[in-house]
Amino acid sequence: MIPAVRIENLTKHYHLDGETVRALDSVSFDVPRGDFVSIMGASGSGKSTMLNLLGCLDRPTSGRLFLGDEDVTQLDDDRLSEIRASRIGFVFQSYNLIPQLTVLENIEVPLYYQGRANGKSHNRCRELAALVGLSDRLNHRPTQLSGGQQQRVAIARSLVNDPDFILADEPTGNLDSATTDEILSLLKDLNRQGKTIVMVTHEPEVGEQTARIVRLRDGRLESDQRLISLEEKQAS
Amino acid sequence: MLLRGLKIWQMGIKSLLLHPMRSALTVLGIFVGVASVIWLLAIGEGISLSAQKQIEQLGADNVIVRTVKPPDKNASKDQKIIAYGITRADFELLEETIPTIVRIVPIREISRRFSYHGRFLGGRLVGCTPKYYEINHLEIDRGRFLTDSDLFEKKNLCVLAAGTAAELFSFENPIGKAVRVDNQYYVVIGVTKHRNPSAGIGGSFSGQDFNNDVYIPISTLWNRIGDFISSNSGDFPPKGDIVELSQITIQVDQVDHVVETSTLVKDMLARHHKKDDFAVTIPLELLEQARTTRMMFILFMGLIAAISLLVGGIGIMNIMLATVTERTREIGIRRALGAKRRDIIRQFLIETVSLSVLGGLTGILGGLTCRPVTAFARYLLNRAIPEVVEQLPELIQSVEPIIVPESIPLAFGISVTIGVLFGIYPAMRAAAMDPIEALRHE
Repeated sequence: MIPAVRIENLTKHYHLDGETVRALDSVSFDVPRGDFVSIMGASGSGKSTMLNLLGCLDRPTSGRLFLGDEDVTQLDDDRLSEIRASRIGFVFQSYNLIPQLTVLENIEVPLYYQGRANGKSHNRCRELAALVGLSDRLNHRPTQLSGGQQQRVAIARSLVNDPDFILADEPTGNLDSATTDEILSLLKDLNRQGKTIVMVTHEPEVGEQTARIVRLRDGRLESDQRLISLEEKQAS
Repeated sequence: MLLRGLKIWQMGIKSLLLHPMRSALTVLGIFVGVASVIWLLAIGEGISLSAQKQIEQLGADNVIVRTVKPPDKNASKDQKIIAYGITRADFELLEETIPTIVRIVPIREISRRFSYHGRFLGGRLVGCTPKYYEINHLEIDRGRFLTDSDLFEKKNLCVLAAGTAAELFSFENPIGKAVRVDNQYYVVIGVTKHRNPSAGIGGSFSGQDFNNDVYIPISTLWNRIGDFISSNSGDFPPKGDIVELSQITIQVDQVDHVVETSTLVKDMLARHHKKDDFAVTIPLELLEQARTTRMMFILFMGLIAAISLLVGGIGIMNIMLATVTERTREIGIRRALGAKRRDIIRQFLIETVSLSVLGGLTGILGGLTCRPVTAFARYLLNRAIPEVVEQLPELIQSVEPIIVPESIPLAFGISVTIGVLFGIYPAMRAAAMDPIEALRHE
């Protein structure tokens, strides 16, 4: 089976004041469908760069990146936008909801850029809001919600385009421990239902709850540790 | 597709409602610009049209010769009586020699006081011939105008202008009654209808009102009043002017011949006049001048309006640049969620166009209120500062704005264009942002 994400010798160099910074240096790994991966590392390890590349927000200097069967390594800006709209579900540390839109409208935004926002999609957004437990908050504005609730909206939004994988950037970074547990169990539920999740985090206790930890250090792959095998996951 | 279009506008309007005050002020800028386009053009049109009408009253196929008081170069104190102006001989010369003449009317005008049964009215006593009636486009209301036999027999008859009749007789029928002028009586044989005043030409020829006139045969005037007009009645030695004719109006057979005829008239009269005591004018020239003035006026008004629209446009751009910076993070989010650059451009353009279209529509409504507002402003000004208003030219005092129909689509088109023009730069800036940087923006 084709993995959700395949990374081959992915390298990213930045030029800062005439000096070349090797933010990522020839990193390779696969994320099979249904996996739940944490990418961990200290600051400066290349975590953010990896996140930007996986999110198709940036292009690598060399190496190749496949999302499903598509090589997205050197696509132009418009194509990358389309990939983001159709294949990736983003969850951010600071939720990143659009303040002037309601919960329902926020969930709908990715569909809108695919030209798929219509009457049918409205129902789908309602279902997703119900899935994350916000059926009674459909017409609230983000500012009227707690942090945990906002992150639930963001998770619902990340699911709306039925993506190849969810890319979560420190999704619990702004939350207290009780809410962190809520969000993590929501993500685990989604993973159990077959969603592939890639999560960037620097908190070991969060990373430990996933199926696999990929550690980066100085732009290189330090370790790739599997905590729960895919077979085990399927069994559970 | 339609639903998506609707959605995109709905989103734009939602974003604008985030800052209702800011949006309203931006709309106000465009409102003022668009309304001023319509207003200024309407006022310009009103003024120039009434000027044009007044000139047309003079007749485009006419040549007008006026007596002008020559400049007093050596105004010696002993010379109390000055003779000047066009003469009966001039009139006969022109009548006999110029081939293009259709009608020619000698006119002598004197300011006089008219009275009837204790009512008084100051006005113009006009000595003329029957052709005066046609050449000035008068219309008779009651009775008849002067005839050739009145002229020939030097009868003591008069025709009243509408205003004179109303003032002296109010509800009485003036026909058959005698109007007193100085110590003479003239029997009223007719009353003319109201006639629009004509334009002033400058020099001695101020605008003619026609409404306080009394018309008598010119032969009667010569016979009874004569050429000498005293300016210090009763004193000795007498002082005053001797003038045979105030004006000769010539109607030419074709409009094309007007200019040639006027040159001919000028040359002929110049041969017989040593003093600079006459002036030849042609309303046709004035009409053309008025058209040029009108174009200038429209251009000038248009320029002012364009400047105010430009200011409105700059206001829009200013606000949109601020908005784009403020919403950097939103732009980053939208880009991450799959918005292409052109989606971002479209989003912000729609917001600017919404603002400018709203400004345009309200501006059109504001522009349409031009007439009542002008009337109201005139009323207020007349009450507050009547002295100042009285000093304004008649044309401005009585201006009736006429909305130029083209100015409405024009103003609307300009406001949309301004929305696009001044919105495109902020929108491009928004779209050019790096999504990673934008997402990191606090």
